[in-house]
Amino acid sequence: MTNGLAAHDLSPNDLINAELVDLDVAAADRYEVTRGLAARMEKTGRVTDLETFLGDVRAREEQMPTGLEGGIGIPHARSTAVTAATLGFARSADGVDWGAPDGPAHLIFLIAAPAGGSSEHMTILAALARRLVRPAFKQALHDATSPDDVVALINKEVLGR
Amino acid sequence: MKIVAVTSCPTGIAHTYMAAESLEVAAEEAGHEILVETQGAAGSDPLSAEQIGAADAVIFAADVEVRDRERFAGKPLIQVGVKKAINDAPALLAEAERAAKEPVPASAAGAPPAPATKVDANAGFGTHLRQWLMTGVSYMIPFVAAGGILIAIAFLIGGAKIASKVNGGTFEGVTYAGVSTDHLDKLLSQTGFAGVLFFIGSTAFKMLVPILAGFIAYAMADRLGLVPGIVGGLLASAIGAGFLGGLVAGLLAGFLALQMKKLRVPRGVAGVMPVVVIPLVTTAVVGTLMLVVIGQPIAAATTHLTNWLNGLGGSNAVLLGAILGLMMAFDLGGPINKVAYTFGVASLSAGNLTIMAAVMAAGMVPPLAMALSTVLRPKLYTKSERQAGEAAWLLGASFITEGAIPFAAADPIRVIPSLMAGSAVTGAMSLGFGATSRAPHGGIWVVGLIGKPLLYVLAIVVGVLISTLCVTFAKSLGESDADFDTEPESAASTYPSAGSVPSPAGSRTPAGATVRS
Repeated sequence: MTNGLAAHDLSPNDLINAELVDLDVAAADRYEVTRGLAARMEKTGRVTDLETFLGDVRAREEQMPTGLEGGIGIPHARSTAVTAATLGFARSADGVDWGAPDGPAHLIFLIAAPAGGSSEHMTILAALARRLVRPAFKQALHDATSPDDVVALINKEVLGR
Repeated sequence: MKIVAVTSCPTGIAHTYMAAESLEVAAEEAGHEILVETQGAAGSDPLSAEQIGAADAVIFAADVEVRDRERFAGKPLIQVGVKKAINDAPALLAEAERAAKEPVPASAAGAPPAPATKVDANAGFGTHLRQWLMTGVSYMIPFVAAGGILIAIAFLIGGAKIASKVNGGTFEGVTYAGVSTDHLDKLLSQTGFAGVLFFIGSTAFKMLVPILAGFIAYAMADRLGLVPGIVGGLLASAIGAGFLGGLVAGLLAGFLALQMKKLRVPRGVAGVMPVVVIPLVTTAVVGTLMLVVIGQPIAAATTHLTNWLNGLGGSNAVLLGAILGLMMAFDLGGPINKVAYTFGVASLSAGNLTIMAAVMAAGMVPPLAMALSTVLRPKLYTKSERQAGEAAWLLGASFITEGAIPFAAADPIRVIPSLMAGSAVTGAMSLGFGATSRAPHGGIWVVGLIGKPLLYVLAIVVGVLISTLCVTFAKSLGESDADFDTEPESAASTYPSAGSVPSPAGSRTPAGATVRS
């Protein structure tokens, strides 16, 4: 617990912090990537029960894979095990198959939403989703060199600060 | 051009908004005005009646039913899965532009809820063909299930002679007059309740070819395909062209209706096109073709095939059994399967009870094998497949081969050859043992009418085990994440989830229906 407390601290209005960013994820498949990001969320306290949340994400994924053309995976769920809208981000140079027809995902966004989320939470996530289809936003994430870059970018683009 | 769009997805937190953004960006680049209603978790800002009224075209990029879709009635509509809008919004806008230019919105948005099809607008021809056939087959399955089980019950309580009692004819030395269709009031008194059930079941079976043809055409051309398809199917039955004829009639009807739908006609005529002109012309053309041109050759080909099978029966019963087994499992209730089945029924009426037994045994194998495989290795199957597996026990035991279709549709390369292998062995063993069946349907429930029942069951068990091993092995090869990848990419292409009931999903979903993904 040397610097853990500060690093994991996520103020109530934040969507993401540096602890929730993994710029070089090493995982065999999408389950592992999702689990890794979800575990980070659990450490921040935003996810109260890891397995429940993973089950909800998986249920959504089984309806239809969330991989999108252009190397993006967006596993997501509304879950009772989530306390506030939270984003986890992972980047993979080799890519992880996410069910998209054109190839593996390099940018992976795990979106956690509380089950009975207020419209405020949902509006933030809607703003995030809209950014995800913008080439400039994606490029900036590809180019980011540190987790703090990613957090700053998302705060600026999605939360407008 | 002015466009309005609705986006929606199951969770309502990601795809809905990504699709909206993609459409807005693409519209701006293409110089269109677009207003998007996002039916997501953040609440939607409904489009006003004026905004919709001013729009030249409507886009639904939705994986769940669009709320209040009747607001868009009468507008040119493009309807796709939500991913299509995210991945290729410019193409979608171009499609909307074309739709707006068509003189008549052939299938207007918000039209009364219609039966679902399994057609994904974005697929290639091969996929389309498969989806058309699957749509036809999926509407046919409930008729097979209802008719088949009613017939089985009729045999169970009325004995093997019930068919002859109802239809007339000689069975085991006794000649029955049958019940004339003009005197159906005598049905109950002459043949008992078993006869009534048999008649109902037979009537359901008579609908198989017309329903198959009608809904193949429906998948291609919406409701405009129904009339020429169903009439073409009835004619195919009447002329003896059977299921192959029905398949051709359906494709023909769908194609023709689709072409006529695209015709540009003056607005004055446009109103009567879908109600009078298109049904009249397509039905006349399809009917004439079936009766005069292509029906006879197909009927002849079917007869030829039957004769060939008959010839085999004399010389090499085991080979005949294997071939019938291959046919039963090849399309799992489709035209080839039904040719084999019809051959079995014809042999039965000719007094040869062994072929019917082999056909029925082979037809029971595929659903049972899939059911067993989902139990042995559930991880290889999606949730909906596991549910289909539960239903497949009953369907297989009842000789409803169609119970295996959900699996074959999702993964034909691995599933179909595996099922064919087991069915072929079962068919060969049944004929080799000389097992007999006096009932044309009913599966395990009519085992009392089976000759050499123990060997018969053995043949089925061996075939099921072979198919189960093959399919489980094939599935575990390079299928480590089956849970994700065997689901359809788009909500607009799906298949029956429980084998016996078409699960409505996709572009023309009835209100209140459950929609997957």
